[in-house]
Amino acid sequence: MGWSLGANDGVNVFGTAVASRMLRFGTATLIAGVFVILGAVVSGAGPARTLNDLGAINALAGSFTVVLACAAAVAWMTRMSLPVSTSQAIVGGIVGWNFFTGSPTDIASFSKIVLTWVLCPILAAAFAFVLFKGVTAILRRAKLHILHLDAYTRIGLIAVGAFASYSLGANNIANVMGLFISASPFGDLTLTPFLTITGTEQLFLLGGLAIAVGVFTYGHRVMLTVGNELYKITPLSALLVVLSQALVLFLFASENLEQWLISLGLPAIPLVPVSATQAVVGAVIGVGLAKGGKGINYKVLGRIALGWVATPLTACALSVVALFVVQNVFEQKVVTLTPHKLTQASVNALEQEGIATKPLNPLRGKLFIGAASFRSALRNTSPWTEKELFKIFSYAELDTLKVDSTRAKAQLGDDLLSLEQMRAIVSLHGQTFVHRWQLDSALVNASEEWMPKTGSGHDAFNKTLKDKYRLIHPTFRKR
Amino acid sequence: MALLLRKTRELEMQIDEYFDMLLKGSLVFREGIKLYMEDNEEEFEHHRVQLDSFESKADAIRRSVENKLYLDTLIPEIRGDVLGLLESSDKVLNQSADTLNQFAVEMPMIPESLKPMFLDLTEASAASVECMVLAIRAYFREPEKVRDQISKTMFYEKQSDYIGDKIKRLAFRTKIKLSEKIHIRYFTYHIELIADSAEDVCDRLAIAAIKRSL
Repeated sequence: MGWSLGANDGVNVFGTAVASRMLRFGTATLIAGVFVILGAVVSGAGPARTLNDLGAINALAGSFTVVLACAAAVAWMTRMSLPVSTSQAIVGGIVGWNFFTGSPTDIASFSKIVLTWVLCPILAAAFAFVLFKGVTAILRRAKLHILHLDAYTRIGLIAVGAFASYSLGANNIANVMGLFISASPFGDLTLTPFLTITGTEQLFLLGGLAIAVGVFTYGHRVMLTVGNELYKITPLSALLVVLSQALVLFLFASENLEQWLISLGLPAIPLVPVSATQAVVGAVIGVGLAKGGKGINYKVLGRIALGWVATPLTACALSVVALFVVQNVFEQKVVTLTPHKLTQASVNALEQEGIATKPLNPLRGKLFIGAASFRSALRNTSPWTEKELFKIFSYAELDTLKVDSTRAKAQLGDDLLSLEQMRAIVSLHGQTFVHRWQLDSALVNASEEWMPKTGSGHDAFNKTLKDKYRLIHPTFRKR
Repeated sequence: MALLLRKTRELEMQIDEYFDMLLKGSLVFREGIKLYMEDNEEEFEHHRVQLDSFESKADAIRRSVENKLYLDTLIPEIRGDVLGLLESSDKVLNQSADTLNQFAVEMPMIPESLKPMFLDLTEASAASVECMVLAIRAYFREPEKVRDQISKTMFYEKQSDYIGDKIKRLAFRTKIKLSEKIHIRYFTYHIELIADSAEDVCDRLAIAAIKRSL
């Protein structure tokens, strides 16, 4: 998947520059490779987190099968000459896994992701439009010699290409490796007392290397083809298109930028893997509109929109089929069956959430191994919406956690948790909880510092808090 | 990056130097014809040699610029247009140098009554060359000003056609030998050809400027 992402999306970054001979292929691949890896390792966590909210594939064979199915969907759509988005394919794949295993899909996360599919090309078009108007106005006043303009364009293509490669790595590494995070075989690697590479960072480094190899091995032919045939625009316009694409991808990947916007009281941008291809299409349309709107091929636009819809659907269908084959023919574990039980505590919690619990009475106290059997049983009681099912699953999932403050101090240390937060953990030492949310509630009751803050301006704090919860759950999980 | 900018600056200076040669060539041509009309052989010869030297230097600079544009793959999108402009504008200088050489070789007899008109014709042709050079310079920096200079070039070219036509008519109505009439017609035509060549360059330049604006 990383290889095909590099071969295809590397084009978007350096395609026109290489095809128009403004930049040599070797220089382009070196810059792309280095910055893709940097972007993946340094900033890849944000979008990956959002993908995991949509659905956490918890078995390695499941992750592998879904990614393979998505890669096949991408390859198939490419052969049909439909523009394809790896981001959309991965989302379709995850939904396919949820569908196959009976796990509920977080509609809120799904809606967030779909919204960005619409926002992404529109934002890219807006950026490109404004940049084009601004840059042409500046150039008209600057009266630069053609040769100087050419030199600055080359320098700009290199700089923007590096930024775009970084954004590509940061935003799209989630597509390549995001599904393996839950089932990652890597542990933290301490190289020196000051340098520890987490398992996730190692995963992203591997993915980044795969993308870089894809750019280097297959990118040349694709760059020359796409750079000359997909859109014939001047190198300066290409520079603005790539810059717009990079800005959009960066916007949807940067946690620091998100927190800065929140601190200014502006709305947070969802950190989601967005399609680099769609961003480029949007940016090209933006430049076309800035030039007067002539020459935009609406037939091609229609085909692109068709690909936009077909990609996640195809990936979803292929994932389901592939998972069935891998599980039943090759007898591989594509899902780790999680136990669910409607305990009295979970029923009380659901009542407080506004879910009618009377239909759940026949299932109370019964143990269900695996999401599929639990979903099937729930469907027989009442026509629950996906949103209600997601809540029921969250509260019914069994996950035995025993609080061990010594292990928490050793593994998490003083850097991650505040003194108050650690005190709360110490106060719960030795207690066992059968549901994750019970531990979370107990921590909130023990200390206000474990409580999410309501109102605007607290998104950054709540996000950090959510990360801390994600860290303590595996620490206290009973082995 | 610094190396790229330095190379770019050097190439810009070379291109400017090339167009300086064209401009100087036009001025020397104008002076040369004036000196011929004044029967100042020595000075005329000096100007003729000077024009030949400008023409050789311009050729050398043009070839150097063409090599650099290709070797460094500069301005890939419009390289063809720029090279075409350089080559076609070189023809204007070649035409000027050839005309002056022909004056030196064939030594036409120009009646006194026609000398002022010959000077006017030379002025018009030289002016069209000067406007052509300004138009090409504008193409490199201010494409929106190209059109104005092209219009001026066209105007002076039309002027040169008009004056040339008048000279030919008068020459064939003057009581001189037929061979002298034909000789005068020949030299009139060759001075007009300089303005015609400048107009051809501007036709090419107009398309190039439109492409640049797209």
